[in-house]
Amino acid sequence: MNLELTDEQQALREAATGALSRVADYEVLRDALEGAARPENWGLVAEQGWAGLLVSEANGGAELSLFDAMLLLIEAGKLLVSHELLGHLPATTLLDAASYPGTADYAEGTKRAAFLAARPPGDVETAWTVEARSGSARAAAPTLNADGTVSGEVAWVVDAPGADLLVGVAVDGSGTAKTVAIETGASGVSIEGPVLRYDSSRLLGNVSLSNAPATVLEGADPARAWYVAQALLAAESYGAVETALTVSVEYAKERYTFGRPIGSYQAMKHGLVEILRQRENAYAVMLYAGWSYEDKPEEFALAASAARTAAGHALDYAARQQIATHGGIGATWEHDAPLFFRRSQLSRRLLGGIGDSTDRVAGELLAA
Amino acid sequence: MDLNDTPEQAQYRAQVRAWLEEHKSEAPDVEALSEDDVVPARRAWQGKLAEGGLAGVTWPQEFGGQGKGPIEQVIVNQEIAAAGVPGILDVIGLGMLGPCLIAHGTDEQKSRYLGPMLHGDEVWCQLFSEPAAGSDLAAVQAKATQQDDGTWRLTGQKVWTTNAQFASYGLLLARTDADVPKHKGLTMFVVPMDADGITIRGLRQISGEAEFNEVFFDDVALDADAVVGGVGNGWGTALTVLMFERLTIGLGAEGFGYNAARFTKAVAQDEHARRDPEVRQRLGEINTELLAIRFQSYRVLSALSQGAIPGPEAGLAKVTTVKAAIDAGELIADVIGPDALDEDSEWAYMISFLPGLKSAGGTEEILRNTIGERVLGLPPEPRLDKGVPFSELRSIEKQGAPA
Repeated sequence: MNLELTDEQQALREAATGALSRVADYEVLRDALEGAARPENWGLVAEQGWAGLLVSEANGGAELSLFDAMLLLIEAGKLLVSHELLGHLPATTLLDAASYPGTADYAEGTKRAAFLAARPPGDVETAWTVEARSGSARAAAPTLNADGTVSGEVAWVVDAPGADLLVGVAVDGSGTAKTVAIETGASGVSIEGPVLRYDSSRLLGNVSLSNAPATVLEGADPARAWYVAQALLAAESYGAVETALTVSVEYAKERYTFGRPIGSYQAMKHGLVEILRQRENAYAVMLYAGWSYEDKPEEFALAASAARTAAGHALDYAARQQIATHGGIGATWEHDAPLFFRRSQLSRRLLGGIGDSTDRVAGELLAA
Repeated sequence: MDLNDTPEQAQYRAQVRAWLEEHKSEAPDVEALSEDDVVPARRAWQGKLAEGGLAGVTWPQEFGGQGKGPIEQVIVNQEIAAAGVPGILDVIGLGMLGPCLIAHGTDEQKSRYLGPMLHGDEVWCQLFSEPAAGSDLAAVQAKATQQDDGTWRLTGQKVWTTNAQFASYGLLLARTDADVPKHKGLTMFVVPMDADGITIRGLRQISGEAEFNEVFFDDVALDADAVVGGVGNGWGTALTVLMFERLTIGLGAEGFGYNAARFTKAVAQDEHARRDPEVRQRLGEINTELLAIRFQSYRVLSALSQGAIPGPEAGLAKVTTVKAAIDAGELIADVIGPDALDEDSEWAYMISFLPGLKSAGGTEEILRNTIGERVLGLPPEPRLDKGVPFSELRSIEKQGAPA
């Protein structure tokens, strides 16, 4: 039994913290909310070798574990740094599995891919679905036409604008789901975006495909990529929880009311310990996700869904508690707490949403 | 990241499994035995487990233990569960009180008490909590007064005492000096439970069953050598017990039988419920927390195997366990209907047990205070009892907080 980080993982974390803190800037995020350019950090991602974290060495990647990638996303989440890895990394697992020609470019970061996130069928719903533009119902996954082109709409695709390649699911005439890769420069591909939506650190786009030429990726498992995305979003959320807790605890020690530091009040203390409780639970299920990805693949869907659920709730709670701990000042534009709140509010609704991952936890166990 | 046994652990597991395979036919069938026969049968079985090296796994070899680590203890627990046989009866003695005697007891106490405790010949109970001293354990009022000949006289009341009705000995925290601040005037004693002046009464809980006891002490005589860890050092001695209690909780959150598979099965039997979005949301939340608890306990194990002792934050696992189980009880009752509340139902029993479990080992409110202060480093709540002699505390409490 050993769940401690290895020396290599510690080094990865430290290197990530160092590199990310060079580009972390809350002021830029605030400015971007008012129309300034969104922070672009893909150059750093490529330079650090993070683009190929999950690609095998044979295809030009670093062939690290999913948990290593999660550790990186924790560090990025702590500082609210934009990275485009939430779309790119799951896509590269599919390219790598199929040894898609040119995978090395995506591993190197000279090109960038985005995952057209499609939710796999569960114990109740039998279809592959994608995000709809609005409403609570999910939309049908794109169609793989008889001529090999793909048509369909996928809304709120993370990291799609500016990507060179979209990788996702298309369902053929017989109802079989295929993994497809679509060059964004090809005819019939249109990406609306970047769409600025509440969290300026997040890159979003709406994808329309109309008879777009596609390559079918044999040997790739798109369901696994969906859960990779869930696990990565969990890690990124966990990182933001860490910062929200640290900052709130520091403030609660320094701020005095009625002659006492506010952290001495039981009500305040219990709220902060609740963040800690949820954070620790999230980390525990993240370990489960990282471990099962390699050692217990049949439980990965459950573990990644649970990680997303736990970390998502932890961030929802922590982001609100951070504002409450700071009192009125925490709800002002100048304060950083609202940036974490914005992160939580958008994150909880992406990639199926927290309600969906929670349902999947139940579904996986009910079907077991 | 590795959840697997090392080669040494795998070898130890195989050895434990082989012993259980050979001896499991000797284990008592607890379900088939009458109430009066269960305890003697389980004591005898504990003796067999001890002979086989499956009890006192972490105790030093000089006291009859195996001198192994917490990982090996968990391996034994897992193999015993897998074999479908009962574990040791005296979990509190072997897990918490014995280790305290090993740390603080005299040589005479160790040689007199540890062997019979290990083999189940003498069961022990923990006499700490009182009606007015639970989370604030240092407020105990049970009073031990030293006599001229060095012996002691003990008067007071303890409560929530597991196994008192058949225990041979208890480890008791008493006040021996009320004129010093409350943490300083305490002493730990070994109390023979058959002494004159002791009355034991079952304490019925919500379910109607009495799993705990109240114990009354009316001028009970204790020998001079009943003191453990020195007169006035009772608080430090008690903290050792509480540390081992935390360890036990951190390792065994699933030991209560609150796990995802069991709760899911109860819901899955209802075809309508298993497709109901609201039921699925609740079930998903509950199971996420239970999965977290499982991996929290692996984290504790991992830390222990690196030589670290779990801190107070391990108590958060208990908070989550209780919360998830309470939510599960309500969900299952909502799905099954009033039959879940039939007095004979396992769910009625669980639902009745949980409100009390919430405060067991210290209330959640105090646990959150402790974690806030010791783990997050938050400033302490102002206290009215600091530096005040225990004898003066009552009058301060009666005055209330300063205006």
